[in-house]
Amino acid sequence: MRKWYRILGYGCLLVCLLLIAACSNEDNTDSDNELRITFRSGGGTNSGLIHWLNNEIIPQFNEKYPDVTVNLAPLEVSEGDYFAKVSLLLQSKDAAPDIVTEDTFMVNSDASAGYLEPLDSRIEKWGEWDNFTENVKDGVIAEDGKIYGVPYNTDSRGLWYNKELLKQAGISIPWEPKSWSDILDAATAIKEKGSGEVVPIWMNSGKATGEATSMQTFEMLLYGTGDPLYDSENKKWIVKSNGLLNTFKFIDKVYEQDLGPDLSQVLNGQGSSIAYQELMPNGNLAIGLDGIWQAGTWHESGPAPWPEAFETLGFAAMPTENGQSPGTTSMSGGWALSIPANSDNKDMAWEFIKMASTKENNLKLQLIDRNLTPREDVAKEKSYLEIEMFEEATEFLQHTNFRPAVDKYPNVSTVIQSLVEDVVTDRITPEEAAEMYKKEVTKIVGKDNVTER
Amino acid sequence: MNMNASNYVTKEGRLKKPQALRSIVFLLPSWLLLLLFFVGPILLTVFFSFTNLALTGTQAQNIDFVGFQNFAAMFDDANFRISVLKTIVFLFLSAIIGQQVLGFLLALLMKGRKQSFRRIIGIIIIAGWVTPEIVVAFCWVAFLNDSGTLNMILNAIGLSAVTWLYTFPMISVCIANIWHGTAFSMMVFQASLDDVPTELEEAARIDGASKIKVLTKIVLPIVKGTIVTNMILVTLQTLGVFTLIYTMTGGGPGTSTQTLPIFMYNQAFVNYQLGYGTAISLVLLVIGIIASLFYIRSMKVQI
Repeated sequence: MRKWYRILGYGCLLVCLLLIAACSNEDNTDSDNELRITFRSGGGTNSGLIHWLNNEIIPQFNEKYPDVTVNLAPLEVSEGDYFAKVSLLLQSKDAAPDIVTEDTFMVNSDASAGYLEPLDSRIEKWGEWDNFTENVKDGVIAEDGKIYGVPYNTDSRGLWYNKELLKQAGISIPWEPKSWSDILDAATAIKEKGSGEVVPIWMNSGKATGEATSMQTFEMLLYGTGDPLYDSENKKWIVKSNGLLNTFKFIDKVYEQDLGPDLSQVLNGQGSSIAYQELMPNGNLAIGLDGIWQAGTWHESGPAPWPEAFETLGFAAMPTENGQSPGTTSMSGGWALSIPANSDNKDMAWEFIKMASTKENNLKLQLIDRNLTPREDVAKEKSYLEIEMFEEATEFLQHTNFRPAVDKYPNVSTVIQSLVEDVVTDRITPEEAAEMYKKEVTKIVGKDNVTER
Repeated sequence: MNMNASNYVTKEGRLKKPQALRSIVFLLPSWLLLLLFFVGPILLTVFFSFTNLALTGTQAQNIDFVGFQNFAAMFDDANFRISVLKTIVFLFLSAIIGQQVLGFLLALLMKGRKQSFRRIIGIIIIAGWVTPEIVVAFCWVAFLNDSGTLNMILNAIGLSAVTWLYTFPMISVCIANIWHGTAFSMMVFQASLDDVPTELEEAARIDGASKIKVLTKIVLPIVKGTIVTNMILVTLQTLGVFTLIYTMTGGGPGTSTQTLPIFMYNQAFVNYQLGYGTAISLVLLVIGIIASLFYIRSMKVQI
């Protein structure tokens, strides 16, 4: 009997050793013939991008380089976790992919951390760089002045609205709100006239929705007050301004007057999907402050196909606080393809990026993914201009703003997210939130880098 | 086993030379592994907690030694104080009241019952314990969320739904943790209660002691050591609970379930402040040590 146990023991040991050996071999397979691309997926995220890679770019690339296997290595995480996970991935020589999609607001941080490869010398020989829109290019240039990625899209934000619900509430279509109070009035009218199930206005308001809370909600409001986050002339963060206080007050008012969604829905990490894949197509959401890319949500290859979307919906420009000049405002960001410093196949990765960034291929992406193009020549294409809502969205770019491309922005952004959540859950008043914003941001960027207005 | 111990040990109780050498050789691998994978990371954690190490940005590349700045910032941080408070509430409700008391009651009720009864009930309770934490969290989210099982039942019997995870977040995570962890305490207490000599109890009963008196004067003093050991184990386990809370509520809404592990995660991986995060983890460690020492001292037992 004991003999059998011993054999069994040795057997287990052998299996373990074999497993260890197998694991250690795995890293070596990533060599010249493999190209790994990392992006965010899950819950319908980036389904257009995946479709485009699989059906357009990878087949083209394999025609030219038949020996190279392109593998998609998506991260199925929430938006907030994606950046942390990418930072960790890029630190490791073994785990780093060869191409990573970077939100342009992270490019500067990740570049300063040494995670990304500067592309200047490669771009010089490329000859396509001049076709990219100037202010979009700024998003991929880090503080050291080097270029760390090739943008593949940009965006603008505005107010999606359901024409029928607004009509029922007695609001004339097309809806053109002139100030924040126009928005509140419309939402109040919808609440009074509509059924109890209709959510008058949806703004991402939680920590779980991460950057979407900072940019689609807080900054869309703040940049309409005339007080931006960062004074780029004097290189100082504005930690106290009327704009900050009024922004917190507006957010508070929406929930105070019960114009927003249930907190249990909006504070959820899946908040955006709930709003634009369920509520809006079902006619249960009247106004949504969000980006043009939601058009891709309802596209036939999107996560929630909705053929009538563009007859039912309108896309209005976000007004400034009191209608002050220039009347409307927007925020723009976008994503870029970058090469990690730890990639072991940089030359191939660059070949891939070049192929993905041509005029034809970028146009194909926007036709599926419904984001704005970073290329000026694509923006002139007829098929591009014919995409629903793109006329509006492109118009918003006139008065758009970009997030401060400085090292500490991601940290400030998380402060914004938690303060917004604290305000909507009534844990603190807007005044306290403004006070805490000053304290927290000063702590992050240092006393010498802040200013008050 | 029946060999003479003096073959290996000197009169003073020390190991004889060849024997000592042999033990060193055999223990060396495990010492090395412990040093490498246990002591090393702990020392590194202590080191990083005094730096401004970040996940991204310039500070990911050049870390600076910042002294006690992280700790100063922590005690100045209202969110930290909230987290400590939430951790204590979570610990008290789910570990001490929930797992410890409930586990003891279950063990007591099962004592002396039929084997088949013990087995069936035992398996049902242990099912909660063998279920991985993430699965437990998903089960409870499915049960408690806005359109979850509980609200379906409430609707079916004509009551209005309650947003459990939003209205009662702390109670919800505590119940989930109790459901998950009670079996462990129950098993520990079962083993210990079985060791209480029946003669003692019988003698006390014959002397006219009530059931409560038998419990408080005889059973509890005998199992006191187990209570403390279990309290320490459960406390340390509960202090480290992350998956369950993160999945169920994400620490929210607001900060209402933001215990220290969640706070630490948010600082390290959401705010990218790894240095600050490690400093918080050290505080968590200190809280664990203090709680353990407190139990040992207050119950006057030797572990």
